[in-house]
Amino acid sequence: MAKSSKPVVWGLFAAGGTVTAFVTPVLVLLTLLAALGHVVGLLAYDGLHAFASHWLGKSLLFAIVFLSLWHAAHRLRITLHDLGVRSDTPVAVVAYAAALAGSVAAAVYLLRI
Amino acid sequence: MGERPVELEILRYNPETDREPRFQRYSVGCREEWVVLDALNHIKETVDPTLSYRWSCHMAVCGSCGMMINGEPKLACKSFLRDYVGVIRVEPLAYFPIERDLVTVIDDFMDKLARVKPYLIPKREQPVSDGEYRQTPAELKKFKQYTLCINCMLCYAACPQYGLIPKYIGPAAIALAHRYNQDSRDGGRDQRQEEIAATEGVWDCSFVGACSEVCPEHVDPAGALQQVKIASTVDWYREHLMPWKKK
Ligand code: FES
Repeated sequence: MAKSSKPVVWGLFAAGGTVTAFVTPVLVLLTLLAALGHVVGLLAYDGLHAFASHWLGKSLLFAIVFLSLWHAAHRLRITLHDLGVRSDTPVAVVAYAAALAGSVAAAVYLLRI
Repeated sequence: MGERPVELEILRYNPETDREPRFQRYSVGCREEWVVLDALNHIKETVDPTLSYRWSCHMAVCGSCGMMINGEPKLACKSFLRDYVGVIRVEPLAYFPIERDLVTVIDDFMDKLARVKPYLIPKREQPVSDGEYRQTPAELKKFKQYTLCINCMLCYAACPQYGLIPKYIGPAAIALAHRYNQDSRDGGRDQRQEEIAATEGVWDCSFVGACSEVCPEHVDPAGALQQVKIASTVDWYREHLMPWKKK
């Protein structure tokens, strides 16, 4: 039996899962704090702008956006399969295409900063 | 010791006379400390000798008494009657063809089990005079948990992916392959990967996790499968990004 090429999509999915597991709770917390009026100094516009201007910041933000979107796309694909949607290939194409489109958009916006 | 009436609804099927499986009700007096298997034995001995089911050890070791009890894959010898209220519904393990009553056809699992070579394939054959293959406690710990599998197939009956994709090798077989892959004495990983790294291997697992929930021996097959996925992913990148490097 031929080995599967699933590792490509799954590897990114697993990486995305790890990233979101760490990043999402922090984002939720920081956003809640900001909503309550406690903007952490680092999160003020100038600070974030400077962060996103540096190539390292850009790469980091891109990696987080790309991996999270990929993770969501893959999860959605699997969930739909679990829910009985049997046409896996079209679902996969649409889900991954959406993740890639989002990632390209993120790259474009980041590069414009 | 107390006895109380218990009602069981048992799936019956005799391929020689029945066109379809049907349920049959039995009301029997059962002891407080009995398990479902005791009730089945009691029915077979006193009410209906034609009732068929598999069992052997009565102590959760042989793995032959797996059945659906109130819709959940369980070992009949480990399921206490006192944990159930009302009529107890007993059916053969889900997703397996029925041979007769609660007895299923398990050829599919046996075939898959054989395919993953669940036995030691020594890295190097060493003469007896060299003494035993030594292993540290840390090396043993890596796979010990997976040796506890009793091949009861509850994980298959719990796995929706196996239900959807009959070709899927499934939790127990892959977890057992992983058990030998993790063994420091073993050198057969490449041969097993042919099966478990295929599409119908570990990649049909969507990490529902039901296998680990129903496992009577706490093997945690779902955990093993995720480790297999990680290792297979590392393999894939090695093979495709560093093709000059032999594994
Ligand atoms: S009879 Fe052996 S496991 Fe239940």
